[in-house]
Amino acid sequence: MRISTDKIISLLFFVLSVFYLYQTYQIQVFSFDEHAPFNAKTFPTFLAYLGMFLSVLFLVLPEKNPSKVDHKVLDYKSVSFLIVITVVYGFIILKAGFFLSTSLFLFFSYYFLGERRWVWMFALSFPFVAFFMYLLHGLLDIYLRDPFLKMLGIIG
Amino acid sequence: MIEGILIGLQTALSLKNILMVMMGCFFGTIIGMLPGLGPMTAIALMIPITYGFEPSTGLILMAGVYYGAVFGGSTSSILINAPGVPGTVATAFDGYPMAQQGKAGKALAIAAYSSFAGGTISAIFLLFAAPSLSKVSLAFRSPDYFALMVLGLTAVSAFSSKGQFLKAMMMVILGLMLATVGQDSLSDITRFTFNNMNLTDGISFVLVVMATFAMSEALTIILKGKDPSRATEQISLSQLGSIRLDKEERNKMLKSIPRSSVLGFLIGVLPGAGATIASFLAYGMERNYVNEEEKQKFGKGSVHGLAAPETANNAACSGSFVPLLTLGIPGSGTTAVMLGALLGFGIQPGPRLYMTNPEIFWSVIMSMYIGMVILLILNLPLIPYIARVLATPKNFLIPLILFFSVTGIYLMSFNNFDIFLMIGIAVVATFLRLYNFPMPPLILAFVLGALMEENLRRSLLISNGSFNFLWDRPLTAIILAFTIIIISWQAYKSFKK
Repeated sequence: MRISTDKIISLLFFVLSVFYLYQTYQIQVFSFDEHAPFNAKTFPTFLAYLGMFLSVLFLVLPEKNPSKVDHKVLDYKSVSFLIVITVVYGFIILKAGFFLSTSLFLFFSYYFLGERRWVWMFALSFPFVAFFMYLLHGLLDIYLRDPFLKMLGIIG
Repeated sequence: MIEGILIGLQTALSLKNILMVMMGCFFGTIIGMLPGLGPMTAIALMIPITYGFEPSTGLILMAGVYYGAVFGGSTSSILINAPGVPGTVATAFDGYPMAQQGKAGKALAIAAYSSFAGGTISAIFLLFAAPSLSKVSLAFRSPDYFALMVLGLTAVSAFSSKGQFLKAMMMVILGLMLATVGQDSLSDITRFTFNNMNLTDGISFVLVVMATFAMSEALTIILKGKDPSRATEQISLSQLGSIRLDKEERNKMLKSIPRSSVLGFLIGVLPGAGATIASFLAYGMERNYVNEEEKQKFGKGSVHGLAAPETANNAACSGSFVPLLTLGIPGSGTTAVMLGALLGFGIQPGPRLYMTNPEIFWSVIMSMYIGMVILLILNLPLIPYIARVLATPKNFLIPLILFFSVTGIYLMSFNNFDIFLMIGIAVVATFLRLYNFPMPPLILAFVLGALMEENLRRSLLISNGSFNFLWDRPLTAIILAFTIIIISWQAYKSFKK
C-alpha cells in the first residue's frame, strides 16, 4: 500500500502535536495557579489534543484528491542555492555590515539564478543598496551598524 | 458621525497621507500585477516601512496597497490571462477574450470604472454600517468574542481551502501553536522557548507573514520554474487600443454595478468569504440576470461578465474592513495582516476604536474614497507603462523580494536569529504549499491566537472552569451554531464526493 505525501505530512503533524503536548506538560506554572480554571498550560493543552485529533482524522479518512506533485519538474537546485545564500547572508550581516553583505547577497542571487547581464547585476546590487541605505539613514533616520563602511570612514 | 467624517477627511487629506495613498496604490498595483504575488505579499512587504509612521498613516498606506494590488491583479488577468490574485480569476473569463479581440484598453477601462464604483458604493455602506455595528458590538462579551474567533477561523478554513478543509484546520492549529511561543501574557511564564532568549517575546508577526507569503512565494516561483515575464509575450503591451467606452457599453456596465456592489459588500462582511467568492458569485448572478442574447456572450468578452466580478471584488475589499474595524476580528487573510500591523502600533481595533481613535477609524474609511479616485485617474492612464513591470525577469525579481523580506525583518530586530527563523518557516511553508496546505488560515490563527486565549481565559474564569459559557448566552450559542453549520456542510461535501 502506498501512502500519499499528504498523509505523511499529517503524520508529521501528529508527531508535532504529541511533542507540543509533551512540552506543554513541561511548563512550570505557579503553585497557586496549578488548579485554577485557566493557567498557562490550558490553551496549549487544548491545541495539542485538537492537533492530534485533526491529524488522526486526516489519516483515517479516505483521501479523495491527494495532491500530485511532479518532483522532476521542480527546480530544487536553484531554490537550494537561494536558501544557502540567504543563510550565509544571515551569518555575515552582523560581521561585514549591511552594505557589503546585502550587495553581495543580491549579486550572487542574480548570478545563481542564471543572470549574466553584468551591468544590470551590478546596478541592482551595490548602487541599489547604497541608495536604499541613504533612504534609511538620510531620510528615515534608521541607524544601520556597518563595520565595513565605518572602516572606510563613510559612516560614523 | 459628521464630526467623525470631518476628522477623517482632515487626516486623510493631509499631504503626507495623500502621498501615502498614491504610493500605496502605485506599489500595490505593481505587486498585484505579478502573478503569484497578491495583496498579502504586498502588504507584508510594506509593514516594516509603516512602523516609521503614525498608525493612521500606516493603515492608509496599507489600504492603498490593498486596493492597488486588487486592481493590479485585474490588469494581469485581462492582459495575459494570469490573475495576480485569486479575487480576479473571474475577471479573466471575459476580460482576456476582450483583450484578444484588440479591446484590451476598453477591458481595462471597464475594470477600472467598475472597481471604482464597487469600491465607492461599498465604502458608503461601510460609512453607515461600521458605526452602527460598533455600537451593537459593545454588547459582545468574552464568550461571544471567543465564539466569533472560532467562527472566523472555521469560515476562513472552509472558504480558502478548495475542498481541503482538514488541511486548512491543521494550519489553523499550527498558527495557534506558533502564537503560544514566548511569555504568557498574564503570568509571564515562558512557553516553548527551549531556553532561547530570542523567543522570549514570541515570534514576530511580521516575520511569520514575510516567511509564509513574501519569501515562500518567491521560493515557490523559483521551485516551479514559473517566469511571470514570459507571459507578456502573449500580448503586445504597447497596443492596448482605446480606453473610451461607447454608450451601449456604458449602459451595460451601469446595470451590473449596483447589484454586484451590494452582493460584494455583503460577502465581504462575512468572515472567511472575500473577494474571490464575491467575484464568482457576482459573475454567476449577472449571468442569471441578463437576457438570453447577452448570456451567450459570457466567456467571449461580455461587458456584464467583466463589470460584475470587478465591481464585486472591490466592494468585498471594503466590506472586509467592517469586522476588522468594528469587532477587531479580521474576516480574511489580508485584513488579518492589517490587524497584526495595528497591534504592532499598539492599537486594538474593536468597537471602542470608533471612540478612542476616531482619526484612525474615519481616516481609513475616507482614504478608501481617495484611493479609488487615485486608482481611476492615476493608474488607468498609466496602465500601459505600469504593465511593463510584467516583463521584469524573475532573475531580478526574486532576489529583490528576498532582499525586502530579509531586510524588513533585520531592520526590526537587528538580530540574525530572526533571519534564520524566517528562512526555516519559509522553507516549511513552501513545502506545505506544494501539497495544497493553505497559508491564510495559519496567518489568521497566528494573529488571533493571543486574543483567543485571552477571551477563553476570561470566559472560563467567569464560568468557574465550566464550558457552560458556550451556550449560556444566546449570542454565543448562535455564533457557535453557525460554526457547527459550516463544519457539517464541509463534512457533507466531503462525503458526497
